[in-house]
Amino acid sequence: MSPIKIDRIATIIILGFSALIGVLILSLLGYLLITGLPNISWHFITSQAESFSRGGGIRDQLFNSVYLLFLTMLVSVPLALCAAIYLSEYAPQNLFTNLIRLAMEVLSSLPSVVVGLFGYLVFVIQWGLDFSLLAGAMALTILNLPLLTRSCENALQQVPSLQRQAGLGLGMSQWRVTTKIVLPAALSGIMTGTILSAGRIFGEAAALIYTSGQSSSVISYSNWNPFSPTSFLHPLRPAETLAVHIWKVNNEGLVPDARAISNGAVVILLLTILFFNLLARFIAHRLSRRQGLIK
Amino acid sequence: MKKWSKQLTSPSAESYQEVTGKIISFLSITIIATLVITIIVFLTYQGIALFTQDHVKLIDFLTGQIWKPGQNLFGALPMIVTSLLVTLLAGIIALPLALVVAIAMSLILPQQVYKICQPIVELLVGIPSVVYGYVGLTVVIPFLQKMFGGTGFGILAAIVVLFLMVLPTMTSMTIDSLNAVPKSYRMASAGLGATRWQTISRIILPSAKGGILTAMIFGMARAFGEALAVQMVIGNTTVIPHGLTEPASTLTSVLTTGIGNTVMGTPANNALWSLALILLVLSLAFNLLIHLVNRKGAHHS
Repeated sequence: MSPIKIDRIATIIILGFSALIGVLILSLLGYLLITGLPNISWHFITSQAESFSRGGGIRDQLFNSVYLLFLTMLVSVPLALCAAIYLSEYAPQNLFTNLIRLAMEVLSSLPSVVVGLFGYLVFVIQWGLDFSLLAGAMALTILNLPLLTRSCENALQQVPSLQRQAGLGLGMSQWRVTTKIVLPAALSGIMTGTILSAGRIFGEAAALIYTSGQSSSVISYSNWNPFSPTSFLHPLRPAETLAVHIWKVNNEGLVPDARAISNGAVVILLLTILFFNLLARFIAHRLSRRQGLIK
Repeated sequence: MKKWSKQLTSPSAESYQEVTGKIISFLSITIIATLVITIIVFLTYQGIALFTQDHVKLIDFLTGQIWKPGQNLFGALPMIVTSLLVTLLAGIIALPLALVVAIAMSLILPQQVYKICQPIVELLVGIPSVVYGYVGLTVVIPFLQKMFGGTGFGILAAIVVLFLMVLPTMTSMTIDSLNAVPKSYRMASAGLGATRWQTISRIILPSAKGGILTAMIFGMARAFGEALAVQMVIGNTTVIPHGLTEPASTLTSVLTTGIGNTVMGTPANNALWSLALILLVLSLAFNLLIHLVNRKGAHHS
């Protein structure tokens, strides 16, 4: 057989299989959207979940997911950013730095269920936090740290070293160079990384079922005192998130309309992830355009 | 004169700031490092309690085939075997397909198609695993029921779900490694009169081999650690599987269902922590494997 013929056959096979995979994946996504969208209504988003009867909504779960994401980001962004600054600006080439990088690798290779179990062991039982938003947020922070640190470090390293040298030449301290010159220049990259990691955290469930719990307490959205147990802002209340809710209603099967609830919740989850992705892409796009202008 | 010498010899505001900055950033990195050590120490401590306190022999634990915590029978072999089997099969099925899609997207199809498809792959990578589990429950299981009869819950369903889950991850990483092959290689090959397939099979794939292998192991590591998506579809019976359509349990699925149903400190609970330790050790082994592959790849080039 001539090479040209082989080339043609190989191309057809490759394109054929790719099309097959593409159709498969797109039809799965389409199926999720088609079965889910009719279930989404104002009532679904704004009413409480029912334990045993039909017609429950996902108001608390949706809020818990967002609030948990907020708490997680509150801890993990400063921590990851400072760690990234150390690794990118200060870290000397020695054994200690290598050990730190190894520790990061280890942290990023932990399965999320293991992180959840560690959170259960330490935060929930040893520290006596019980199933709470705080325990969940800390477990998610552990999960989030390695990837977020890496993306922040990459963003910092994209800044040309010439800019650092210019700052140092003016007699600025390295810390001032980092905060006043490098950070603003790397801001878009850092934001892109943060938003992408937020998308990952938003759908996490395995690390949460034994840290933030599988149930929600009765909460009031008019109580703005974060120290009151019935307040929606109380960080020590158990909080079931959207992803955990999807898992639970399917696993326990106590709700008669589990299918409808999860169909709707899945679509909301997917749309949120899509939103995070588009936002990150938009920021990255603006970044590349601005860099184009500088050149 | 005295004032000047004092000003010249005492640290400036800038250097104070520098020290503060260094302390803050060093502190954060130390927190993370301490965290890692704490995680490993705590999980190891809990994980070996079964052997130190409850006097179960490690060899019995690793090779025992019967898991009945109620009767003090802790054989973890069924879960270990199922976890590895499911991971391996999902990885083996996903690799060629991920490779094919990656080749089509980055080397064959025009740039415009790549620009549309690439964000879709990225989006699929970010889809939460619960959603994949739910797809398994609503699409894969009814399908398997029709094809093979029975309940549909079982190893095959888990493999399909994990395959769907790791395919985007593996595709995306494979695309990156294909794109990392210098364009000059492709041009040189084309200049010698090679067809596209010859260029792909003899130039690009061998140069990207390390990256592709890394993608496969990375995807499999992700599949190995996945808990809920598997737990939703595998049927959760702790026996050694004898066929692909039979229900079984993985390390992760036993942990998910078990931890909430046992009391801390009991042998049944300690055994679960030992499973978690095995999961941790094997995940680290996957990570080590990625490192070895990368080092070998770097060595070759």
